[in-house]
Amino acid sequence: MEAAMGLMRRMPPKHTETSLSALLSLLPQHSSDLLSQVDQPLQVLCDMEYGKEFILCEYNRDADSYRSPWSNKYHPPLEDGSLPSLELRKLEVEANDIFAIYRDQYYEGGISSVYMWEDDNEDGSKTGQGRRGYLQEGAWDAIHVIEVGPEEEGTAHYRLTSTVMLSLTTDNESSGTFSLSGSIRRQMNMHLSTEEGHLCNMGRMIEEMESKLRNSLDQVYFGKTKEMVCTLRPPSEVVMRLPDS
Amino acid sequence: MADEEEAELSEKQKKEIAKWFLLNSPPGEIQFVAKDVKAVINDDVLYEEAASEAFPLYNKSHLISIEMPGRIGDVIVTSYGELAKNEFIDPRTAQVAVVCTEVRPALDEELPSAYVEEFRCAMDAEILKYVGEAYPKGVCSVYCGNGKDVEGPGFDFELVVVISAARHSPQNFCNGSWRSVWSIEFKDEIQMLELKGKLQVGAHYFEEGNVQLDAKHECKDTTIFQSSEDSAIAISNIIRQHETEYLTSLEASYSNLPDTTFKDLRRKLPVTRTLFPWQNTLQFSLTRDITKELGIGK
Repeated sequence: MEAAMGLMRRMPPKHTETSLSALLSLLPQHSSDLLSQVDQPLQVLCDMEYGKEFILCEYNRDADSYRSPWSNKYHPPLEDGSLPSLELRKLEVEANDIFAIYRDQYYEGGISSVYMWEDDNEDGSKTGQGRRGYLQEGAWDAIHVIEVGPEEEGTAHYRLTSTVMLSLTTDNESSGTFSLSGSIRRQMNMHLSTEEGHLCNMGRMIEEMESKLRNSLDQVYFGKTKEMVCTLRPPSEVVMRLPDS
Repeated sequence: MADEEEAELSEKQKKEIAKWFLLNSPPGEIQFVAKDVKAVINDDVLYEEAASEAFPLYNKSHLISIEMPGRIGDVIVTSYGELAKNEFIDPRTAQVAVVCTEVRPALDEELPSAYVEEFRCAMDAEILKYVGEAYPKGVCSVYCGNGKDVEGPGFDFELVVVISAARHSPQNFCNGSWRSVWSIEFKDEIQMLELKGKLQVGAHYFEEGNVQLDAKHECKDTTIFQSSEDSAIAISNIIRQHETEYLTSLEASYSNLPDTTFKDLRRKLPVTRTLFPWQNTLQFSLTRDITKELGIGK
């Protein structure tokens, strides 16, 4: 399992799906671990009843069906698929509405889904949420999982684990194909007052985290690969030499 | 239980998967990938088979350079210099490296004719100069691709320029490689040289994440057939020009990222240019919900 995760850290992120399916076939005994530990590019399905698309992930899967956050129904239909409690479902509906607005303001498009479920181990709720933006040849997939601890004296503990998977490809005659892809994952723990409600706290955490991740990808990660290219072939030297040719 | 399920994959499939992982290793990381693949495959015989097929392919496609014993120089592992399995010629020193154990002098029939060698040697000198200037850690070699037995004017032949620069700094979580292969056809009849270049640049940054650059570019050019020295100078200038332009276009792609590509995917701030008003939206959304429910009449 450790070796499998090692491989996932080295394989090109744009081949995540292939790598994962290869590992799944080699290590069927670890399939549930693999599926829960490796984030893969998000897929979507359309909820015909609402005419809206929703994101498929481990958090809304039961057997081979996925629960739509809009109609609360499984696609394809599943007779006794697990559903959140009424109270949790109410919060889920609300969260989906709010995150749709949030997504629209930051992504100007894309799809978002929020799923809630109760965790067996802890007395609390958990939120899985994915979101994606599309560009001709680019995709931004974000998955945020928040574990909310039990409420104590008006505060609760929140643990956010976020993954952003990004791939950009440009292809043109003069410069060939240029493809950058990456995935990073971070965690954030906070103890917050529940006065303004869970959604408010979770929302702020996710917003802060997304901005951080975006910044790291832009500044650090892409910057580092650019730095590498310039170490391989320093540009200043070349510019100086240009008049010769 | 695991054994039963694993039996569903044939040995051949497992080997193919192992090879796929090995061949997709980022620059300079195949040893690390190999360690993990070995553990995942959990079958040493099968792993050895996969590795023995994948390593030579990886080394050739990454244009790995290997120091020859006796400090006589480096030999590039490329299909252009491959004489037999694990045997690679270094035209500059006319030595054949038997990877990775020994070197032997090249046999006469492994070397180009004196006529072709004159062009090759002149080209090698120019490219060596260029690579020395442009790539801090670059290695290069010029091979005869076709027509090594051409004895004099009147026939076509082909030279291949291979340039490889790699930088591995795992302590900085970063590896990268620049590879270019230029084939130059000497067309005797039309007295022209036709160049085709394939450039490939890769980089992997993996501190708390996995980000990879994979860029490829192909280009073409022509120049007139001149004396060996003049041809060599003309060609190294063309290569320099194209590679410089390519680097500039790579930099341009990078500098376009923040403003265009990235912004189209996710903005730094919402369209409103202020952080998302979580508290207000909560109320807004609740009111909207109620109106909606009333409106639909559910």
